[in-house]
Amino acid sequence: MKYLCLVYAEESRVDAMPQDEVDALIDETNANNEELQASGQLILAEALEHVAEAITVRVRDGRLSATDGPFAETNEQLGGFVLIEARDLNEAVRIAGRIPSARLGSVEVRPVIDLMREHSDQ
Amino acid sequence: MTQAAAPAEVRERIDGLYRAESRRVLATLIRLLDDFDLAEEALQDAFAAAMEQWPRDGTPANPRAWLISTGRFRAIDRLRRRARFDAMLGELAARLEQAAPDPADRDDHLEDDRLRLIFTCCHPALPADAQVAMTLREVCGLTTEEIARAFLTRPPTVAQRIVRAKARIRAAGIPYAVPSPEELPGRLETVLQVVYLAFTEGYAPAAGESVVRPELADEAIRLGRLLVELLPEPEVLGLLALMLLTDARRAARTAADGDLVLLADQDRSRWDRARIAEGTALLERAMSAGEVGPYALQAAIAAAHAEAPTAQATDWHRIVGLYDLLARADPSPVVELNRAVAVSMRDGPAGGLALVDAVLARGRLDAYHLAHAARADLLRRLGRTAEARAAYRRALDLARQEPQRRFLGRRLEELGG
Repeated sequence: MKYLCLVYAEESRVDAMPQDEVDALIDETNANNEELQASGQLILAEALEHVAEAITVRVRDGRLSATDGPFAETNEQLGGFVLIEARDLNEAVRIAGRIPSARLGSVEVRPVIDLMREHSDQ
Repeated sequence: MTQAAAPAEVRERIDGLYRAESRRVLATLIRLLDDFDLAEEALQDAFAAAMEQWPRDGTPANPRAWLISTGRFRAIDRLRRRARFDAMLGELAARLEQAAPDPADRDDHLEDDRLRLIFTCCHPALPADAQVAMTLREVCGLTTEEIARAFLTRPPTVAQRIVRAKARIRAAGIPYAVPSPEELPGRLETVLQVVYLAFTEGYAPAAGESVVRPELADEAIRLGRLLVELLPEPEVLGLLALMLLTDARRAARTAADGDLVLLADQDRSRWDRARIAEGTALLERAMSAGEVGPYALQAAIAAAHAEAPTAQATDWHRIVGLYDLLARADPSPVVELNRAVAVSMRDGPAGGLALVDAVLARGRLDAYHLAHAARADLLRRLGRTAEARAAYRRALDLARQEPQRRFLGRRLEELGG
């Protein structure tokens, strides 16, 4: 099963961190990703730019609109993601718990739907 | 060493090995590493290493010992690397490296690890639903999602139960050990309850669309066999006998349209004779051990049904006698209810009804649909149609399983709604 671990944290808090702490966090994140790679459980891991750099796209009645944001009133913003291969939800939870940023914010674990299989089941 | 096999072939062999051995390897790794999460990581690492190395170097002579020792080394290695960020982990790595004995322990030691794992998952300090979830996941190797499906609940609910149980094991310092001889009887009772709960939920689900969930019943029987192999106490034999003798009726219990078929109406030629023979043999072993416990008594009742060539030929005298013993060994309102039904078969519906009413009057079975269904059936047999209809309606209100609801609805219709 594939699971997407969405890593949320307060951008303002991360921004306020001293550079050596940021470096240590990046270092630890890379080390954790290497561990996941070695155990065959990493599919893809990326960190994201600030939400201020984001743009939201919608198509309504065939017309495309683009707005700044997201501007949802939340304390924590999506700061990165790790797509993993795990045996089950508890293994995914264990892996999510080892993501270093989980100590700063929170990690949402979402099971990935296998659309190819869902389709062929019908 | 033989020539390295083709990767697809090795992969298949490793997959097979994962199914057959991963729980044993995990049980030993938990002991060696003293931590469930670390052991699961080590297990994953060991199989990843096998996938990488075996096609190149060939399969080791003793794959299980290889997996255990590789898992242990990889775990220590992981801790060393993590020590860069948390110095405590370096100490832990050093301690594990020194403390660990030869990981290729003697085989009986490894069998003990499986018992340790079972007793830890079924520790009385864990809530009952966590015991079942932990046992099915850690001992049987079911996934969180499979357990959720089996118990008709959502995977996050099961995942949380397991996360909390593991935190509890760590926080409360629950030892990874087989209980002492003095503690054993009480602790074994919890283990047997967990196995039987899994079986009942598979054989007669409390709710949902189907009459049986065979995967869960099969898993419980597998677990029962493992326990018999590791700890052949009379009640362990009794429980496996009970599960086999009950499960022998599985195919006859569901009609072609998915409906429930009552014991009296079942096509007995469809009963699984091999399971009955195996269950009966186990029951004899359990009985010959002297003191006969509740599981062996229930197995004896199931055996009495299994021996009857037709429903009419059932030895109800013997069954009522066994229920008398069971009511003394393990008194409960459900046992009394079942005894009442057996009495009604021996003596006629009037005597049975008085007993069912007495059980219901005490109130504890008032929300149990089968109590009202039994009462309804007795009233129907006595020709007290209006009261029977009311009782069927009450049972229907309480029943949560679809085939059972259809059955009760049909009976109600036959009595003119």
